[in-house]
Amino acid sequence: MHELGIVFYIIRDVKKAAQEHGVEHVNAVVMNIGEVSTVVPEYLTDCWRWAADKEDVLRGCELKCNILPAVTTCNACGKEYPTVQHGIRCPYCGSEDTVLKCGNEVEIKELEV
Amino acid sequence: MDPVKIIEIKKSVFEDNDADAGRLRKELKEKGVYLLNLMSSPGSGKTTTLIRTLNLLKDNLRIAVMEADIDSDVDAVKIKEATGIPSIQLHTGGMCHLDAEMTRQGLAGVEMDNLDLVVLENVGNLVCPAEFDTGACRNAMILSVPEGHDKPLKYPLMFSVCDVVVINKIDVLPYFDFDLDKCKEYIHMRNPKAQVIPICAKTGEGVEAFAQWILEEVKNWKQH
Repeated sequence: MHELGIVFYIIRDVKKAAQEHGVEHVNAVVMNIGEVSTVVPEYLTDCWRWAADKEDVLRGCELKCNILPAVTTCNACGKEYPTVQHGIRCPYCGSEDTVLKCGNEVEIKELEV
Repeated sequence: MDPVKIIEIKKSVFEDNDADAGRLRKELKEKGVYLLNLMSSPGSGKTTTLIRTLNLLKDNLRIAVMEADIDSDVDAVKIKEATGIPSIQLHTGGMCHLDAEMTRQGLAGVEMDNLDLVVLENVGNLVCPAEFDTGACRNAMILSVPEGHDKPLKYPLMFSVCDVVVINKIDVLPYFDFDLDKCKEYIHMRNPKAQVIPICAKTGEGVEAFAQWILEEVKNWKQH
């Protein structure tokens, strides 16, 4: 539900980068989206199409989403496990003293120009 | 066809906002103004809780309220009528949250130099407001009994960014399967430092503890 807001942030950053590099048109924007980032890639690309086509430098520009896996580290036993499958409880020792190692990224990786 | 050229960016979408929020917090510190970001689901009793709490605080602090909603000004009008405290309405234009820049614009609409406390009532939503730092000194959230005690498990980010969790509508505890101890346990799993204050905004039970928490916070913010 907050994908449109995020799209506005992406557009602002991409326009700035395009200007800095003297680029007149961007063909694609590649995003890194973590599995537990709360961003729904389909909604993000829908909002992107609507908003990007209003900008000359981004008209027809594609938004590509790389999905990055979420991994949690257990503080009790030190092992790592996939977050989406097991949540906060470590599948090895049952501890809930766990921290997300990665998987909440919402990051602009690169531009194709 | 020209070969594709790649420009590497590698930048978090939240980076600019986080930096802006940090600058705003610093400005507030210099001015001695305490900004509290209040979040919750729609219908948890944010506005009623605010009215009760602010009526306890208004003799001791100079206060203003910023109400953020997608549309309408019902909350700002309600606050002003029930407390006499200046209250402005911010429209997010369809956005589900406020960011630091919108908060800054809101602050320009209240006379910040003559204030001790500004309460920002964020858009009712447990997902997006947690992701966007508004520049507030502290985050507070209200969870109401009918929503269930398992909310901290479903919305972990919201609970991990909040310094205080107010549990509202405790007068209806007998009618719901809401386990207050379990709820506290789940909150502390996400955030061991979070304070939990059970209240009933309708009867006023427990509201004094929340008002006291705010008073202490404002005092500390101005001193250090």
